[in-house]
Amino acid sequence: MNALISTALSGVVMMFAGLFIGNKQRIKFVAIVVLLISFAANLAELSTIGAGERTLYGMITISHFSILFNAIALGSTLIYFLLSGSAFEKVGEHVSDYFALIFFILSGITLVSTFSSLLILFLAIEIMSIPQYILAGADKKTPKSTEASLKYFLMGSFSTGILLMGIALIYGATGTFNVAELGLGAGKVNTLALCGIILMAFALSFKVSAAPFHFWTPDVYDGSPTVFTSFMATVVKAGGFIAFIRVFHGAFVGERLTADWQLLLAIITAATLIIGNFTAVFQQSVKRMLAYSSIAQAGFMLLAVISMNTFATQGIILYAAAYSVATIGIFAVMIKLKDYTFDGFNGLARTQPVLAITTTIFVCSLAGIPLTAGFFAKYFVLAAAVQQGNLLWLVITAVICAAISAYYYFRVIIAMYFKQGEAETAEISGSFKLMLIITAAIVILLGIFPGLLLQFI
Amino acid sequence: MLTVLLILIPLVAGLVTFGLKGSGPKALGLVASLASLAVTVAALFQFRTAPDALQLTANWIPQLGAQFSVGLDGMGLMLCLLTAISFLLIFIVIYNREYERANSFYGLMLLSQAGLVGVFTAYDALLFYVFWELALIPVYFLCSLWGGEKRIPVTFKFFVYTFAGSLLMLVGLIYIYLQTPEHSFSYASFVSGAVAPQDQSWLFWLFFVAFAIKMPIFPFHTWQPDTYEQSPTPVTMVLSGIMVKMGLFGVIRWLLPVLPKGAYMWSDVAIVLSIIGIIYASCIAIVQSDIKRLIAYSSIAHIGLMSAAIFTNNEQSLQGLMVQMFNHGINIIGLWIIVEIIQNRLKIKNLNEMGGIAQYAPGIAIFLVTISLANIALPLTNGFIGEFLMLSGLFQYNVWFMAVAGLGIILGAVYTLNMIQKVIFGQSNQLTETTTDLKGNELVVLIIIVGIILVLGFYPKPMLELVSSTTELVNKVY
Repeated sequence: MNALISTALSGVVMMFAGLFIGNKQRIKFVAIVVLLISFAANLAELSTIGAGERTLYGMITISHFSILFNAIALGSTLIYFLLSGSAFEKVGEHVSDYFALIFFILSGITLVSTFSSLLILFLAIEIMSIPQYILAGADKKTPKSTEASLKYFLMGSFSTGILLMGIALIYGATGTFNVAELGLGAGKVNTLALCGIILMAFALSFKVSAAPFHFWTPDVYDGSPTVFTSFMATVVKAGGFIAFIRVFHGAFVGERLTADWQLLLAIITAATLIIGNFTAVFQQSVKRMLAYSSIAQAGFMLLAVISMNTFATQGIILYAAAYSVATIGIFAVMIKLKDYTFDGFNGLARTQPVLAITTTIFVCSLAGIPLTAGFFAKYFVLAAAVQQGNLLWLVITAVICAAISAYYYFRVIIAMYFKQGEAETAEISGSFKLMLIITAAIVILLGIFPGLLLQFI
Repeated sequence: MLTVLLILIPLVAGLVTFGLKGSGPKALGLVASLASLAVTVAALFQFRTAPDALQLTANWIPQLGAQFSVGLDGMGLMLCLLTAISFLLIFIVIYNREYERANSFYGLMLLSQAGLVGVFTAYDALLFYVFWELALIPVYFLCSLWGGEKRIPVTFKFFVYTFAGSLLMLVGLIYIYLQTPEHSFSYASFVSGAVAPQDQSWLFWLFFVAFAIKMPIFPFHTWQPDTYEQSPTPVTMVLSGIMVKMGLFGVIRWLLPVLPKGAYMWSDVAIVLSIIGIIYASCIAIVQSDIKRLIAYSSIAHIGLMSAAIFTNNEQSLQGLMVQMFNHGINIIGLWIIVEIIQNRLKIKNLNEMGGIAQYAPGIAIFLVTISLANIALPLTNGFIGEFLMLSGLFQYNVWFMAVAGLGIILGAVYTLNMIQKVIFGQSNQLTETTTDLKGNELVVLIIIVGIILVLGFYPKPMLELVSSTTELVNKVY
């Protein structure tokens, strides 16, 4: 609740900040301060709920899990602001508005982690999505950005419609929006409710860009201003997964029912893994490669959605943190480069050794090399799927896809270290380097002691 | 405590080396490897008096039941000794070579040593996996940065191959972990026999493929000759002398005791694959004209015999295998050192362009012949006892297997003697006439190697005693 209020208020503050503060650096500073306040407010709520949960008006439920996830989302955003906040001003004039929109997205994310009514879920998804449509089109001078925005808006609103239809069918079958009271698992599977669940699965698959609902992702991620792609592909996507896992693990549980949607999601997962990884191999631009890699990583996170056990909940938290931090880091480095193709990274190790070594750590984390956070993230989702029992075929598919992913991630390392070239970069400040090193240190720290995060669940 | 030191010394030295300049990296590399050897020797003494003091367990990830658990048994000690000796010899022999960005080169070498020692000492499955991957990463960078012309695609293939294998193993580890009653990664719970027999059958392959890629066993070997050829020679020494032992070690420590029924079920298939590897690699080695590729294929053939010996379920061949792991490491590193010396003098790899070196550099000739003879297991060299025990074990398992595998020895003699003839005898040419003989540090290293070859050839008993405890243990559960 605190996080919701503070992020929404922060958004309003940022809107007005644009009126009174002319200096763009100062606007960034204000944004970081209000974000820190929101972060503290979120943690402060821990004392009010004690060991249990707190439900407000049957609409939202605050638990340890939601506070931990909010902390990860807000913490990742903090890293994002510190690393890439200065790049906002290159996109356009209205820097404070961009910050405001990001805070509104964050308030949507805090709702996604706390909803206990399907209506709030719908609101949360919309609050998360609409600012993204605007951010995707923020660079008004390039037609690609406008195209991305329009495409995202059309496809996004279509999928929201499907989500709403799914919720309506479930309401028709059960007569309630409250997740705790749905009671779908008991007795025979209700066909109406099953249709609703399938529609919701499709709509949420769209939001997390799972195949075959992923076609918007490469175009939108490629067309949007790179700073905003960085945010959309990480924190927002993690939010989508929290929605997915909470609604499917919280509401659609039942002996027969689970098996029904599990098979559907298992097929979606396999398709996502295969399409994401295989297509990423053929990309020439790092930005597009990261777009496909985000699809591929979504496939791994879906493994957690399918598996109904504690590994899955731990895994999704760890995965959200590991993936967000590493991807934000790579994007931050990429924004500084002149050329977004693999060739643009050639020889970066010689011109900018700090950038190269930190990027290597981020890339290793995405590939799941041990001693980086990405390894334990992959470990937990794989363990969740293995424990599920009947999904071994999917686990083997995932593992083979992970080996393929090493191919395209390591192309970045090859370009930086083993190829000749003069990677051109914008001017790199000392504080940016320091921030990158801190981010890389977080990745390694979580890779050695994942318990640092897991102890809070 | 000594066990942790063994990992920490190269790790810390490696990280420090990255920051050094000038001749600092060289010196630190040498000092660190000397220190590692000293600690290993100390551990050897402790193993005789109080072996339990070499075990250490600390909390790591309590949520998972994973612990930082390291220890040394006879086999682990033997492989750590091999690692320590090898790195010391490598650092001595390359002491007066100049490498570009020497700080990164020595740093990565030391990190790979830390990874290797970690693999040999880990007593927790997750820790083992972490070290298993960590040993790979520095080697990947070493090959890609300092290798030959085709280094980038070749090492990439090597990396993706081994990474795919490791991930399969990870799935297997997770599966077994979930079967253990208390959900723990500790070695004790892994070998407690929690895995149902029907599961062991397919789990075997998840592990076996990972280890087979590392060894490598036919048909998972295709990365190996290219990588050995393209890598800088010091890295090839690490790869062929020590890293392939990771695969053999993995089978003995983590496959046989954990999945005994699976191993029993598939032992025929594994042995047949190994024997195909012996014959196939030997035949290709005979027709090689590139000296690095020839030794690479000869290594596949030797490893083939070792992996066949593992699956014979026979104490004698296991014992022979353990001894041979050490001796093969010493011999192959010796051969690579000679190759490195020849290459450094002549800058060629083609056997047909060499010849007559014996007249101009008798020292090189003497050592090449001695080490080669050890490599083909002549009696009174260190290679003999191991191969003899392994073949005798294979004979008891199946006489036909032994007959075919025995052909490998003959073929081995063919290509090795052929190589000797082409390199040091025959007509000299303009290039080979310029060969200068061995110098100070090269001589020291080769004398040490030949010393080990002869001592262990005459008196292999201490080595056999060192590993006997492990052999008995494996035989009991398997």
